[in-house]
Amino acid sequence: MSKKLEIIVLAIVLIFAIQFIYMSSTTDAEYMGADGQAEDAIKEATGGTYEPVAEPLWEPPSSEIESLLFGLQAAIGAGVLGYFLGYYRAKKRYENDLARKGINKSEGDSQSL
Amino acid sequence: MHIMEGFLDTPWWQLWFAVSIPVILYGIYKMNRLVSEKREILPLLAVAGAFIFVLSALKLPSVSGSCSHPTGTGIAAIMFGPAISAVLGTIVLLYQALFLAHGGLTTLGANVFSMGIAGPLAAYIVYKAGMKARINFYFVVFLATAIGDWVTYGVTSTQLALAYPQGGILTFEGFLAQLKVFGAIFGLTQLPLAIMEGAVSALLFKYVVNVKSDILVEMKVIEAAVVRKLRGSSA
Repeated sequence: MSKKLEIIVLAIVLIFAIQFIYMSSTTDAEYMGADGQAEDAIKEATGGTYEPVAEPLWEPPSSEIESLLFGLQAAIGAGVLGYFLGYYRAKKRYENDLARKGINKSEGDSQSL
Repeated sequence: MHIMEGFLDTPWWQLWFAVSIPVILYGIYKMNRLVSEKREILPLLAVAGAFIFVLSALKLPSVSGSCSHPTGTGIAAIMFGPAISAVLGTIVLLYQALFLAHGGLTTLGANVFSMGIAGPLAAYIVYKAGMKARINFYFVVFLATAIGDWVTYGVTSTQLALAYPQGGILTFEGFLAQLKVFGAIFGLTQLPLAIMEGAVSALLFKYVVNVKSDILVEMKVIEAAVVRKLRGSSA
């Protein structure tokens, strides 16, 4: 199977990674969340008077806990993704094997004990 | 990056709920019907949902010196259409609102609209148009999912600009001026992430086509002739 698409995707990810390494070492960008910036823009637009109409019911007590829960989210997703792609892959292989055996059945029978 | 809890005032958060809830309900209805008709699509539904889980958990650094995350909803939109994507998107947004204080419950309606409805709708339209124009399948998937990602954040910017126009009252000029502010924050940050999302989505589609193309043909996502061509060239 040709790996053309994999190579293109890898190249895109590499360009992105190199850009990040270069940018983060040459500028003092903070890499904060874009939603935090939006929050600041809202405060600016409303003259600093804006009070959120609601607070989160629960907030991760620290950034460690937050990254734990983000990591958990990605892990759950990756697990499900791998399980079902593997399931389909194996299923297809067995089906192909069975089909091949079906075609060569007479031959197979004559060779079996 | 979704709209934060409490950062949409009355009447905006109610309005976006009013728009999103009917679509979610229709999506649930459509999903139930699809699953009861074809049980064998369940794993594919899980794959599409899991992809959203993975991608929206990855906060990536961008050229603008800030971080944002892709959405992952384009795959679901191409396979199942925008309504079912809205249901899958809602599950992820609920998880993030409840456990991560990322997004929020009052802003859930607005966030479902941008990430679950508008983005997937854009991806779906681009996909259908691209397939009709007989452009290379993986390139169409790339375009559709990347544009879907970008539209999501364009809609987020629009929602915020509508709620917080410059000058405090909603005029067209005030809206446009503020759209530029939010567009600069989200639009630029999201551009490289959208390209990555498109690339990874195309790759996932390659694997799905490899192992389970019959179901995609049956669901009329992709034509049998296109599958044969992809298998032949096996890109």
